[in-house]
Amino acid sequence: MAAKIITITSGKGGVGKTTATANIGAALAKDGHQVTCIDADIGLRNLDVVMGLENRIVYDLVDAIEGRCRLQQAMIKDKHIPGLFLIPSAQTRDKTAVSPTDMVRLCDELRSKVDYILVDSPAGIERGFRNALAPADEVIVITNPEVSAVRDADRIIGIIEAEEKGPAMLLINRLNPEMVRQKTMISAEDVVDLLAIHLIGIIPEDKNVIISTNTGVPVVLDGKSMAGEAYRNVSRRLQGESVPFMDLSKQGGLFGLISNVFGTGEK
Amino acid sequence: MQTKDIEIKGIRDGILVEIGPGNWKRKEKALLEHIRNNKDFFEGGRLALDVGNHKLDADHLVALRNALSDENVTLWAVKSSSLVTERTAQNLGLSIRIRQSTAEKDAESSPSTIEGEEAIFVHRTLRSGHKVQHPGHVIVLGDVNPGAEVIAGGNIIVWGRLRGTVHAGARGDQDAVVCALELSPTQLRIADKISISPGDEKRFEPEIAQLKEGQVIANTWDTKTR
Repeated sequence: MAAKIITITSGKGGVGKTTATANIGAALAKDGHQVTCIDADIGLRNLDVVMGLENRIVYDLVDAIEGRCRLQQAMIKDKHIPGLFLIPSAQTRDKTAVSPTDMVRLCDELRSKVDYILVDSPAGIERGFRNALAPADEVIVITNPEVSAVRDADRIIGIIEAEEKGPAMLLINRLNPEMVRQKTMISAEDVVDLLAIHLIGIIPEDKNVIISTNTGVPVVLDGKSMAGEAYRNVSRRLQGESVPFMDLSKQGGLFGLISNVFGTGEK
Repeated sequence: MQTKDIEIKGIRDGILVEIGPGNWKRKEKALLEHIRNNKDFFEGGRLALDVGNHKLDADHLVALRNALSDENVTLWAVKSSSLVTERTAQNLGLSIRIRQSTAEKDAESSPSTIEGEEAIFVHRTLRSGHKVQHPGHVIVLGDVNPGAEVIAGGNIIVWGRLRGTVHAGARGDQDAVVCALELSPTQLRIADKISISPGDEKRFEPEIAQLKEGQVIANTWDTKTR
C-alpha cells in the first residue's frame, strides 16, 4: 500500500476542518479503506473529541515523533468503523515541538501501512500550518460562504500554489440554500468563481453535524443527514468517482445550476 | 562572525545572513552547519537572507525554510538581485525588503531607476496576501483577487479581473493608467489620488482608469478614441 496524504486546511479558524477530517476519514474507512487521521493542531487538540476517542489516548503525535512510543502505539482505533485510526495531537506542547521534516518522516513511515492519511491542519499560516502542509500529496481547502473565510482560503491557496503542493481542492462548508436563495449568503458559484480551484464538495448547513460532534459519532453514519450524504460524496470523489452534486434546495433552481456548471461535467 | 561562505550581521529586524556567489547547495549546507554549531545564538530567532544573485525556485526556498524550521529559526525575508528569487520569495509570503540602514533605504527609493519602459510580467492569479511591487510597469495575466496588492511606478495592466488594491504611478507619475478586463478594485490609486469602486453591478468589460483634473476617472476601453 502507498497511502495518499491529504491535508485539510482553511486559513480561518472555525470553518469546519476538524469535522471535515473526521467525516471524510470515516466515509473513506466505511468504503473499506485503511485510514489514519492525524491531528496536527498541537496544543489545541480536538479531533479526538469530535471522533469520540478522547478517553483512549495514551500516546500522541509528539510522543511518536520524539520516539517515546512506536507509531502503532499512537494510532487509536476508532470505535465505530474498522480501518479508521487517529493519531491525536499533544495537549501540553506547542507547535514548535514538531517540524515540517518530522511530519514528512512520520507520514512516510505510515504510508506503507494505510490507504489514506488525513492531516487536520491548525488555522493560520504559521508553523503549525506548514507542519500540516509539508507531507501533503493533495490539499483540501475548506471555507464557509462568508467573505472573511473566502479571503483566508484565497490566501492559503496562494501559499499552497507557491509551495507547489497544488492544485488545491475546494470544500464549501455550511452552505444554507435558503439564505442563498434570498441572496443573503454568497453562493457556492461565487466562491468557486473567485477561488478558481476544483470543487470537491458542498456541505449544507445541518444541525445533525453539531449533534454528531457532541456525541462523537460521525455524521456520515447518519443515513438521513444531508451533510452526511454530502461528506460521503466527497469521499467518493476523492476515490476518483464522478458523483453529481446534490440538489440542496428541493426546489431545484440554483443548485441544479451549480451541479451543471461544476459537478457532473455535462454541459 | 564570519566564515568563508556566509557572512552574519545583526540588523534592526534580527539577524541578516549574506550568502556569497557559488554553489547553492554548498552555501546552504554551510549556513545550516553554522546555525547548528551556534544553536544558542540562533535558536528561536528571525533570520533574513541576502542571497545576492542566486537564482532560487520554490523548492530551494521551501527546503531551506523547512530546514531552518527544524533548527527553530524563522526565515522571514529573502533579499536578492535575481528577479526569479524575489518572485519566489514573494510567492512564499516572505519579505523581500530588509531595512538595513537609512542610507541604503534612501538609495533604494530614489527615483533614479527607470520610470517607464521596464515592466514585469506576472503570469498567474494574484491571491489575497500576494503583493507585487515594481518601479516600472506591471502586467498581470490572471486575476487580482481581493486582498492582493499591485504597486507600480508606471502603469498597471490586468488581463483578468481586478478586484484587489492597485497603485499606479506610485512615485508620483500623474500620467499612469490602470487597465483591466474587469475593473472593480477594492481601492485604486494613481500617484497620490485614491479612489474606490462605485460598487455598482459587476460588468465584464475592459476599462481604463486615469487621472483627469486630479480625479480618478474610469472609462470603457474604446479603441476608436486611442
